[in-house]
Amino acid sequence: MTVQKRTEAMDANVGRRGFLKGAGGLTFAVALGGSGISLIGPAEAKAAREISAWVSISPDNLITILTPGAEMGQGSMTGVPTILADELDADWSKVSLEWAPADAAIYGYENNGSRGMAIVGSRAIKLYYDQMRQAGAQARKILLINAAQKWNVPVAELKTEPSVVVHSPTGRRMTYGEIASFAKIPAAMPAVGKDELKKRSDFRLIGKSVPRYDIPAKVNGSAQFSIDVQVPGMVYASTVHSPVQTGKPVSWNDGKIRAMSGVIDVVQLKTGIAVVADSMEKVLAARDALEVKWKTSTKDEGYDSVKTLTEDYPRIAADPASQKKTLDSKGDDKAAFAGAAKTFKADYRSDYGYHAQMEPLNGVARFNADGTLEVWEGTQAPSRSRQNIAKAMGLTTGQVIHHQQYMGGAFGRRSITDYTVEAAMIARQVKRPVKMIWTREEDVAYGMFRPQAFLCMEAALDAAGKVIGWRQCIVGDGKNLLVSGIKIPYYKVPNQHIEQRGASHNIRLKHWRAVAHPFNLFAHEGFIDEMAAAENMDPLEFRRQRMSMTKKARDVFDKVAEMSDWTTKRPEGRALGLSVSERSGSLGAGVVEISLDRDSGKIRVHKVWVAIDGGTVVQPDAARRNIESGIIYGLSSVLKERATIKNGAVEQSNFHDYEVLRMSETPEELHVAFMDRDTSPTGLGEIGNPFISAAVANAFHKLTGKRLYHMPFTPDRVKAALKA
Amino acid sequence: MVAFTINGKRASANAAPDTPLLWVIREHLKLTGTKFGCGAGLCGACTVHVDGKAVKSCQTAASDVDGKSIKTIEGLSSDSSHPLQKAWVAEQVPQCGYCQSGQIMKAAELLEKNKNPSRDHIVTHMNGNICRCGTYNRIIAAIQLAAKEA
Repeated sequence: MTVQKRTEAMDANVGRRGFLKGAGGLTFAVALGGSGISLIGPAEAKAAREISAWVSISPDNLITILTPGAEMGQGSMTGVPTILADELDADWSKVSLEWAPADAAIYGYENNGSRGMAIVGSRAIKLYYDQMRQAGAQARKILLINAAQKWNVPVAELKTEPSVVVHSPTGRRMTYGEIASFAKIPAAMPAVGKDELKKRSDFRLIGKSVPRYDIPAKVNGSAQFSIDVQVPGMVYASTVHSPVQTGKPVSWNDGKIRAMSGVIDVVQLKTGIAVVADSMEKVLAARDALEVKWKTSTKDEGYDSVKTLTEDYPRIAADPASQKKTLDSKGDDKAAFAGAAKTFKADYRSDYGYHAQMEPLNGVARFNADGTLEVWEGTQAPSRSRQNIAKAMGLTTGQVIHHQQYMGGAFGRRSITDYTVEAAMIARQVKRPVKMIWTREEDVAYGMFRPQAFLCMEAALDAAGKVIGWRQCIVGDGKNLLVSGIKIPYYKVPNQHIEQRGASHNIRLKHWRAVAHPFNLFAHEGFIDEMAAAENMDPLEFRRQRMSMTKKARDVFDKVAEMSDWTTKRPEGRALGLSVSERSGSLGAGVVEISLDRDSGKIRVHKVWVAIDGGTVVQPDAARRNIESGIIYGLSSVLKERATIKNGAVEQSNFHDYEVLRMSETPEELHVAFMDRDTSPTGLGEIGNPFISAAVANAFHKLTGKRLYHMPFTPDRVKAALKA
Repeated sequence: MVAFTINGKRASANAAPDTPLLWVIREHLKLTGTKFGCGAGLCGACTVHVDGKAVKSCQTAASDVDGKSIKTIEGLSSDSSHPLQKAWVAEQVPQCGYCQSGQIMKAAELLEKNKNPSRDHIVTHMNGNICRCGTYNRIIAAIQLAAKEA
């Protein structure tokens, strides 16, 4: 595949100009707008203010596809356009990609009646799949119609090979590029019926694996992240936000800072101060010298997360008068518990989690003479970000020119654009282009966290030992950020009651990879394991016999049992643990093999097996790597990651006290298998991490007879559990 | 003013002696393949070679490299042909890719002194470099592939 020069490949405006050139003299374009597919001809394309091209074909047989798949390492940038390319029957080696402009009305997927470009919740492939197939098939049909007219043969006699139309009876061939040089778009758009889409057996790209488009640039330093952007005349900025996140700056040593070498300005932000200087090192020196007096509230200053999780949340959970919201209710849980032969109860806890994306948050902003604002940022949600930046700056969306960049990690943190708004505010005040970079310490202190949570589980078993009643209560801040994964659709327990009880601490919270799944699944699957042990049953057998599992769940459990050789005894000092997770329509069951250093309290995970039903897997290699990434991300959180808040401020500051998994702690073996399915694709970006919490805790129980109830399983907690 | 050789070319920067080499490379010389991750020597994203030795450029003062020879990811090869770069592509190692310049530079130091590193050698050598996307096993596989091909 052509690897374009970085600036061309990465700049949507260049992409639009490139398209115009193609549309004017060389080729045609297929556009997707409104609620369906429409085409624009060369004349319309020239006249259009916004060019809504998905794909263009040049006479030299090169195909350019715009990709809406914001790239944070998960591979959507490549995966989404392979769907279109497959239906188009494009020769992938002649395809180049450019970023789709940040405009969801044109480039967004349809989701519940509205259009969005946010690449969140493992939805890129899942939500773009049908649209991309339609667009590709329609473009192919136009090529066929034009070839048929040229040769004066029926369309039915034509077929395609990659980027070539073939007339089988005569053996004539025409490349897509040749057709593009004369092709006309018919006045009436030809419809593409479902039966005209490719059959699974005809796929050349879907279900196969193409190399990721972005990787060559990521091994030689040329991949451009927003932190790398250089704009002529650019100055540098960095911020200090209030350690108590709601605080506002009251006064600061302004004179001293302004007198420092290279300092250009000091900018007051809502909850922080930015220093601006002519070099990054001078910005950092000024930032270090900055002394700010903050105005905060007594309540926010008094927040102690450890005390709250230990004392307040259990009290809220136990208090019948506390406010609650029912999330799911089935059957009659009261009757089930009243008539139960046996009941179980256990509480679980989970600490705050930080995203720790490797690229500290940053943004580049420039105001132009014509009143437009240009921003360069890596964002999971380009269209929404563009709108929000415009709103914050009092501009129209059209006045914001958005340049999408690669993201050095995101994990949910980059679907909100607080950092780029700050860059724009600073640029407006200093009247120069600004690159604003947060330090790692700032990225932690002013982070937006996965909320801490307290979870209480209860279950009722009938005389036969079947689980007939299931209750969960979750307590914490963050509303919706606590509830993903809380329902258990793969277990058809007849009587269920799931509820949430709130708290509020004014700590910035955000979606984390798989949101609330990591702690909800920790509680569910740890609790089921506890019941299995009490019933003297193999944990997998208990789930099969007592948990009213769906067929889909049974299949992934059976598969992972086979992969991990579940029933075979492990060597001394090793043990297996089992768990499951549903996320974004996918279902995955996982097994881990662990050992334990009892002196240090360190758990070591050696092997991981996961079996996943993700429907049609569009790019299996990339998906497998993404799931491996999820496993490590989850494991890191489960073994190590812990953010705490004391006196209202985050206590951790960098990778020495917010430790993430390193190579020496990585399992030696990761085995990911997909069930062979031809159903629609479902999300795979977050199916790897939620199951691992309970799988490790369950393996720990198998090894030691002790339970872990609080994640992360830090050495201190492990040692305390061993003594319990 | 500091002067040194970088990727085989003479270069100088108008930076104070205590300026971290990282910012000299990234913002004075615009070689942005070398990344800022932590600023505290904890993650390895800023790894470059100084006289053949892998160092964390955020912990190296500009004055420390005066007259020395620096190599960054941009100088590892002119056309991504270094065995490690080829192996990184073959194994499809990068996810977000942000840490990978540092990973590759750190790995290049290892292959210079150990032509056939075991998994343990690799882990010991590479443990200071964080990959938040968790590509560690792919990195190990790529280093072993590169060692075989080199």
